Amino acid sequence: MTASTSDLPGADPILAGAVRPDTTSTEERAAQRERLRLLLRSKVFVVGALIVLVWVVCAIFGNAIAPNDPFATDPLKDLTSPNGTYPFGTDRVGRDVLSRVIVGARDILIVAPIATILATVFGTALGLVTGYFRGAVDNMLSRFIDAFLALPTVIIGLLAIVSLGPSRWTVILVIALVFAPIIARTVRAAVLQEREMEYVSAAQLRNERTTYILFAEILPNVMGPVMVEFTVRLGYAIFTVATLSFLGFGIQPPAPDWGLQVFEHYGLISGGYWWPVLFPALAIATLVIGVNMMADGIAKAFER
Amino acid sequence: MTQELATSAPVSTANALELEDLEVEYKVRGAWKKVLRGVSLSIAPGESYGLVGESGCGKSTAAFAALNYLPRNGRVSSGSIHVAGKDLLAMSDADVRTLRSTQVSMVYQNPTSALNPTIHIGDQVAEVFTLQGVGGSEAQDRAKAMLQKVQISDPTGVMGRYPHQLSGGMNQRVVIAMALAKDPTLLMLDEPTTGLDATVEAEVLDLVAALRQEFGTSVLFISHNLDVILRMCDKVGVLYAGRVVEQGTVDEVFHNPRHPYTVGLLRCIPRAGARKDQGRLDTIPGFLPGLGETLPGCVFADRCALVQDVCRTDEPPLYDVGAGHISRCHFHEQAQDLPRNTSPVAVTEERPAESSDRVPVISTRNVRKTFHQDGHEVRAVEDITFTLAPGETLGLVGESGSGKTTLARLLLGLTTPDEGSVVELDGVPVAGAIGKRDREQVRSLQIVFQNPDAALNRRFSIKRIIGRALTMLMGTRGEQLDTRLRDLTHSVRFDVRLIRAKPTQLSGGLKQRVAIARAFAGDPKIVVCDEPTSALDVSVQAAILNLLAELQVKNDTAYLFISHDLGVVRYLSDRIAVLYLGRLMELGAAETVFGPPQHPYTEALLSAVPHVDGDERPRIKLTGEIPSHADPPSGCVFHTRCPRYIGDICKTEEPELKEVEPGHFWRCHYDVDELRTLQQSAPETRPEIGVSGGQRGAEPPV
Repeated sequence: MTASTSDLPGADPILAGAVRPDTTSTEERAAQRERLRLLLRSKVFVVGALIVLVWVVCAIFGNAIAPNDPFATDPLKDLTSPNGTYPFGTDRVGRDVLSRVIVGARDILIVAPIATILATVFGTALGLVTGYFRGAVDNMLSRFIDAFLALPTVIIGLLAIVSLGPSRWTVILVIALVFAPIIARTVRAAVLQEREMEYVSAAQLRNERTTYILFAEILPNVMGPVMVEFTVRLGYAIFTVATLSFLGFGIQPPAPDWGLQVFEHYGLISGGYWWPVLFPALAIATLVIGVNMMADGIAKAFER
Repeated sequence: MTQELATSAPVSTANALELEDLEVEYKVRGAWKKVLRGVSLSIAPGESYGLVGESGCGKSTAAFAALNYLPRNGRVSSGSIHVAGKDLLAMSDADVRTLRSTQVSMVYQNPTSALNPTIHIGDQVAEVFTLQGVGGSEAQDRAKAMLQKVQISDPTGVMGRYPHQLSGGMNQRVVIAMALAKDPTLLMLDEPTTGLDATVEAEVLDLVAALRQEFGTSVLFISHNLDVILRMCDKVGVLYAGRVVEQGTVDEVFHNPRHPYTVGLLRCIPRAGARKDQGRLDTIPGFLPGLGETLPGCVFADRCALVQDVCRTDEPPLYDVGAGHISRCHFHEQAQDLPRNTSPVAVTEERPAESSDRVPVISTRNVRKTFHQDGHEVRAVEDITFTLAPGETLGLVGESGSGKTTLARLLLGLTTPDEGSVVELDGVPVAGAIGKRDREQVRSLQIVFQNPDAALNRRFSIKRIIGRALTMLMGTRGEQLDTRLRDLTHSVRFDVRLIRAKPTQLSGGLKQRVAIARAFAGDPKIVVCDEPTSALDVSVQAAILNLLAELQVKNDTAYLFISHDLGVVRYLSDRIAVLYLGRLMELGAAETVFGPPQHPYTEALLSAVPHVDGDERPRIKLTGEIPSHADPPSGCVFHTRCPRYIGDICKTEEPELKEVEPGHFWRCHYDVDELRTLQQSAPETRPEIGVSGGQRGAEPPV
């Protein structure tokens, strides 16, 4: 049958002008473009993204970029101060600090994002469930999360590492476990608002399964906060990876991890050997700042 | 008045407000778009001027422009604004601020957000006086006097409270008190009663009218509600696409309209007594022109049935059609012969006479719901029993908080009723919770929600929204789904080409059509309509009501129609149920309920509604606020506000819902003949019982 409406008795031409059909497709694209434009126009975001990009390049092509072998020790050249050959100097066993900083980006940029993704997935699911069901489920989980969050991250990390043994995966697991409840709280708050929307009732009135309502109906509407939360947590995750390594509970030697490098050399600062500590520390700082700047930009773009 | 508009001479009389050829533009994505296209109007001292038009016409922009208080992206591009004879555009910013703080007051739609939630009412009102340099305790005294003026019976008590502790109507009184406290030359009211119940609206309007008399203030009254304008204003301007298309005294404009837009607007409203079986409502075709669109001719040309070539090319001048009545239409003589947009033939077919004897599609017995709140029992719905026949419409009316929506959710199973409640579909009892009902039961009972923005998932396409309903409720898939989708969108007059759009890209009326299509996807026997048109403009409302009436006849669907708009309820309903504090106060055929003898509460509800037709009944004032569900009054729950209060029996004994005539039930100690006699005249006014409802001890005279 044809979809022409004009032949209906009393057809009401309201349709004719409806949304002018030509604007239908462009409007959505315009909204996306607007968001992208906001992001790109935000200096904070662009600068942050450039910093992060530098480190991502280092993580991927580190071995090619690094001027020296980051693992090659040279007892004769230990603790050389920065000079033409070694712009960042050498560490206590004569390894090139610059090369180690460049290659060191890889570990942290693998561990932190994986941990954050896991935390986001798990936390979002948890937030959806607690926000949607409220009542007893929510109360129990929320109190549990409160209790859990009362313990400092480092303590939880230590406990896990002592029982599981230090490894990359332990670090990922610990961070995911600690961040998931925090993300869950934010998502829960958003879901509390969404569940009162009548499209949820409408879904119930179609006999939809709860999983469909949670993940197909509500989830797309809370993606904004989830995205923002992801980028913010990524910054924290980087810092946590570095902290755990610094404490010696994360990535193990001789990996050129930044936190580990600081850990191995901070005792030497008093002897005037500042460079093997300063440069990895700066690397951590710039990466965290870069990610946080991106997070700021994204949060602003997603604000309604 | 016409001369004032026609001449561009500087203002000599001190009109409270004088706009001359005012053009306002908004900057949208870098381009200036025209929003007001040469608005001219003048408000004489002490005069009340109403501005009507659909949303997006520029009503609020006109008000903001009059204060030169446009948003950052707005500007006055030409024309002039004079307030009390002073040229606003020539003033310095400081002078404009002084003018705003001393001479002009504004009252907005939402009183709760206009008040500061963290400051006591008394301090907020007193601040107005403090700004005038009046000292502390005197300011408090004056604030108290002002609150008395807006008929707040316990000003001292109210002054010590916060806005959230007061009802919407009370807060609006406070806002009005603050607005009048500085004795302004001009009072602007922007949809001041739109969020309020009819009974409260009536009180607030009475108050504004009385205060206007007392203070001699000039008023600019903005509303989309023609009835309200008729009741409140001397003069009215009809605004369309940023241009005043017709202007004159309210009597002239509403009873002898000379512009097709005004004629169309007036025809959209279900007039007092109009019913679906007597004829369709007329609608206005098309849409408001886009923001800033270039319109060389008449702004209304695209939607006008009288349009001629000249309308598209030449802007109509102001035609003086007599007695200060002006119209911007080339064919103003023919305006009232505007051809109808919809056929006037009623859609309702003769329903079989025995329809009421058919097995009811839904029947309820003793449905009740108690919520538990901080250890209190809140009885939201109490003992509701009714039946609904196939193809019948039961209108559900009552003030907000009367339990209309809760009742709907109980029937749908979205809220589980208390133990002992019985809901039967087609004679078969169903589970209280939706999850325990089978597919057949779920699809036979559907709903159209009030707010389509919340009811349609904004991330889904229209196709997915309707398609999913078809798949889940009817098991329709694949090619069949496309066909059904097409049929369904066609039956709600939704252009199938828009099916890939997201809800946010559609207008309110179109969104509501999608919601209706979704409700009808499962071929339901009963559809609950929860205020389906209250978020829409009148012309769109008319189209939706026509559609609902048509679908009902086509599918023999029963409606449970919830609305606070009694004209709309009357238009669509066969029977009407009146709720108060979760209890059924009256139930009967629409015509029976809408005429005496009727329950005293129904009587009061009806008398609160203003009518364009001027069918003004004596107003019955409901004193006091709606009592709290947590602590309902003893005996008859309505006794604290009842205009026909008998005496102690009302306080001690709750009346049963009794059948007073065949098919006509009410919950009142009076019987039918007593009320018939009594309701021939208005009740004597009861003294104020007090601000907070449910308050006992106040002894009304017997």
